[in-house]
This record gives sequence, structure tokens and C-alpha cells, in this order.
Amino acid sequence: MTTLLALIGRVFLTFVRTVGRFSLFTGLAVSHMVRPPLYPRLIVRQMIEIGYYSLPVVGLTTLFSGMVLALQSHLGFARFSAEGAVATVVVISLTRELGPVLAGLMVAGRIGAAMAAEIGTMRVTEQIDALSTLSTNPFKYLVAPRLIAGLTMLPLLVLVGDIIGVFGGYLIGTTKLGFNPGTYIARTVEFLQIMDVVSGLVKAAAFGFVIALMGCYHGYHSKGGAQGVGAATTNAVVSASILILILNYVITELFFAQ
Amino acid sequence: MTPRPPDTEPKLRLRDVRKRFGAQMVLDGIDLDVMPGESLVVIGGSGSGKSVLLKCILGLLRPDAGSIVIDGAETVGLDGRARDRVNAHLGMLFQGAALFDSLPVWQNVAFGLIQGRHTRNRAEARERAMACLAQVGLRPEVADLVPSELSGGMQKRVGLARAIATRPDIVFFDEPTTGLDPIMADVINDLIVATTKDLGATALSITHDMASATKIADRIAMLYRGRLIWVGPAKQVFESGNAHVDQFVHGRADGPITDETDKTPARSGR
Repeated sequence: MTTLLALIGRVFLTFVRTVGRFSLFTGLAVSHMVRPPLYPRLIVRQMIEIGYYSLPVVGLTTLFSGMVLALQSHLGFARFSAEGAVATVVVISLTRELGPVLAGLMVAGRIGAAMAAEIGTMRVTEQIDALSTLSTNPFKYLVAPRLIAGLTMLPLLVLVGDIIGVFGGYLIGTTKLGFNPGTYIARTVEFLQIMDVVSGLVKAAAFGFVIALMGCYHGYHSKGGAQGVGAATTNAVVSASILILILNYVITELFFAQ
Repeated sequence: MTPRPPDTEPKLRLRDVRKRFGAQMVLDGIDLDVMPGESLVVIGGSGSGKSVLLKCILGLLRPDAGSIVIDGAETVGLDGRARDRVNAHLGMLFQGAALFDSLPVWQNVAFGLIQGRHTRNRAEARERAMACLAQVGLRPEVADLVPSELSGGMQKRVGLARAIATRPDIVFFDEPTTGLDPIMADVINDLIVATTKDLGATALSITHDMASATKIADRIAMLYRGRLIWVGPAKQVFESGNAHVDQFVHGRADGPITDETDKTPARSGR
């Protein structure tokens, strides 16, 4: 009985410690995002890394998602003669949900892992300590540029991804499902509301922030050499992916709950 | 009471510095003075608390208790810009050199110059970095390489160049010869002596390499189980009369020092 109580106590203390450490990390990181001096050169480098180099992955993901969505919805809607709604379903699904979520998950795998590995290696090789001894705040130098880049680049990526995804649906719709190109485009635009796109972009910004935050947090606190860096990388991707799915629900609820 | 002349004030003064990780007391009341221009080496086995001591002085770890005074100013508890101002006068050579992988060699050396606002001009920073690289015996071609293209010895030299680039008042050396062959280790020792003398800087090193310690130290202090058990002139370290020091400096397996510390190594992580 005592052992069980001790175990519960230890788990609870670890939980409280982790929450406290994470809250402090987030608070410090955000405060360094908005306080000068910032490092424009590093921010631009991260923006290129997150935005430009993730374009092929996000583009391919949304392209094929748009194509599959058109096929599947056509098959489903044909059962009650509603094939005409395919274009609308494709564009709304992509802008509201699939664009931001799929892009977020893909970027979490690509960028979150890279951030955790890079910062984790810097931690275990004492490069972060070296930054401090060289009068440079690691939060300002390493964390803030990544958070700013994540926050700003994901919405842009998702916007491009949405367009590519709609194009994927258009391709299938016009070449395989027999839609007239003009009608398909008209149907795409007709029922699309500005809030569909805006909610997707807000989600993307939140996901970008979370991906960068998880990558930086786990990398910053990694220890124990190569194994520790490996664990940090895994934790960064897993925690970012789960948080993306949770945040997706929360933001959807905030935007669209009746 | 007449004030003492400034040069008799220690450059670095530690009083009753304590640090504990969980149940393990890693630093157990350290008192230490390092005088201006002096080179003090702290020796001790693995897990004796040497790295934790250095990290406490550099502000990378916060001691649980005690005082660390640098140039007459208390530094325990300093954060942010106040800590950066103190660190601007310090240089540090890390055990593995800790060079920034993403930057070429010259930017590594010039990093403290640019970040510490010693200069805003990149051309001038590069020029000063090149001079530092020459000082540690590296050719100009090395400047544009990245750290992964350098050997261990060359990385140590670049680390040393980075440590002295801002002309610090106090330079810290963490196991400067670890992982180097004996000849390269001696070269690094010579460079440490030459560069600190050139700067007129105070030096605090930690090592378990006795050849290095006797070469670069004016005084030696031995850390054992979180306490300084002996402090004295470097020349006397082999005749200290202290059984622990004797065993350590002669590298004997038999003696009062057991491998107990290796079983419970001091954690320096945060």
C-alpha cells in the first residue's frame, strides 16, 4: 500500500514538475519573441527552412488529399444523387480541416524533429552553455526565431496547400468524374465562405507555434548524449502531433460551435 | 581601517558554495580565492564536482547557497542582461570545444565580439578573429571551414581562440587536454599559458590530467567529494603530505580514494 502511494506521489510530482517547467519555458520563449533585440537573419533562415523547404511535402500531401477527397465524395454522394456537391465538399474540407491538419502533421515530422535534434545536440555538446558564456541568450538566439518562423510560415504553407489540394480535386473532377471545368470552379467558389479559410489559417498559425515550441522544448531539455537526443526528437514529434489534433478540435469549437 | 590595495583583492572569490542534486551533495561548502593574473587549477576525479563548480561560477547553474564574487561584485542570482555583462568579461574553453556546427570557424571565433557588442562591423570582427586564429597557430585557410572539418586538436585551438577573442579578464578551461594525444595536449597547454599571459588574464582550469595541471597552474586545488581538501602551490602538489592528493597525482589504485564517486556520478544537467 505504501509503495503504491509512493508511486502515485512520484507520478504526481513528476507531472507537476513537467507542467511547471513547460509553462516557464513557454512564458520565457514568448517573452523573448516580442522583446528586442531579435535576430532577423536567423528568423529568415528559419522561415526558409520551415516555409520553403516544406513546400514539396505539404504540396504533395494536399494534392493527393484533394484528389482522394474528390473520388471518395463522388462515390458517396452518387448514392443519393448529390454529385454536384463534390467541388464544395473538397474546398471546405481542405480549407477548414485537412489542409491545416495534414500540413501540421507533415511539418511536425519534418521540422519538429529537426529542431529537437539540432537543439538537443547543441545541449549535449555544451553549445547552449557556450552561447550563455558568450553573452547570448539561448532563448533569443535559438527559440524565438523558430517560434516566429513557425507561427508565420505555417499559415502561408497551408494557404498554398489549400490551393494545390483544390487543384487536385479539380484534376480528378474534370478528368475522371466528368465535371465541366467552369462548373467545377464555380461550385468551388460559390459556397466557400471567408471564415472557412480564416479558421484554417488560424489553426495553421497555432499548429506552427506548437510544432516549433515542442521541438525547442524537448531539444532544450534533452540529456544523456545520442540516446537523449533521439528521445527528444521522438517526444517532439509525438507531442506536437497530439497537440495539433487537440488544438484542432478546440479551435473548431471556438469558431463554429453553435 | 585602511582599504587594501586593489591588486590584493581576489579576482574571483567563492564562499561556502553549496550545490545538491537530489540527495547527493555535489559541492559541499567551497571556499576559494583566485588572485588577479593567477592561474589556478582544480584537480579531482570524475564525479568530484569540478564541472558543477565551473558551471556555478559561469552562471550556468545556480548554487543552493554561498557567494561567488567576480571583480568585487556578487554574481549569484544574476539573470539576463546583468549576467551577460558579467560574462562579457569571461572566456571559456569547453571540454569538447563546443563550437557552433552551423557557423564557419571565423564566425565561431568572432561570435562573442559580435554578440557582446564589441564590434558591429563584420569585417572588423573577421579581422580580429583571424588574428586570434593566428595566435593559436591556425592558418587563415581554416577560417572558412566548418567545425566538423577540423581535427580534435584544431577544434580545441579554435575554442581557445574564441575564448580569448573578447580579451576577457578571466578565462576558464574545462579539461583542456581531454581526448588529445600527448603532443597535442602539450601544445594546447603551451597555448593556454601563452595566451593567458598575453592577455594578463586570470585563469581557472579544471582537469584530471596532472601533466596539464603542473604546466599551466600557479596554484592547485584538489576537489574530493564536493570539498576542497588541499590548496597549494603547483610545485608542492607532489609533496603535499595529503594521502588523497598523493594517491591522485601519482595515479594509484590503492589509497583512501575509492571508486565510490564513480558509482554515483555528479549530475551537472539541469
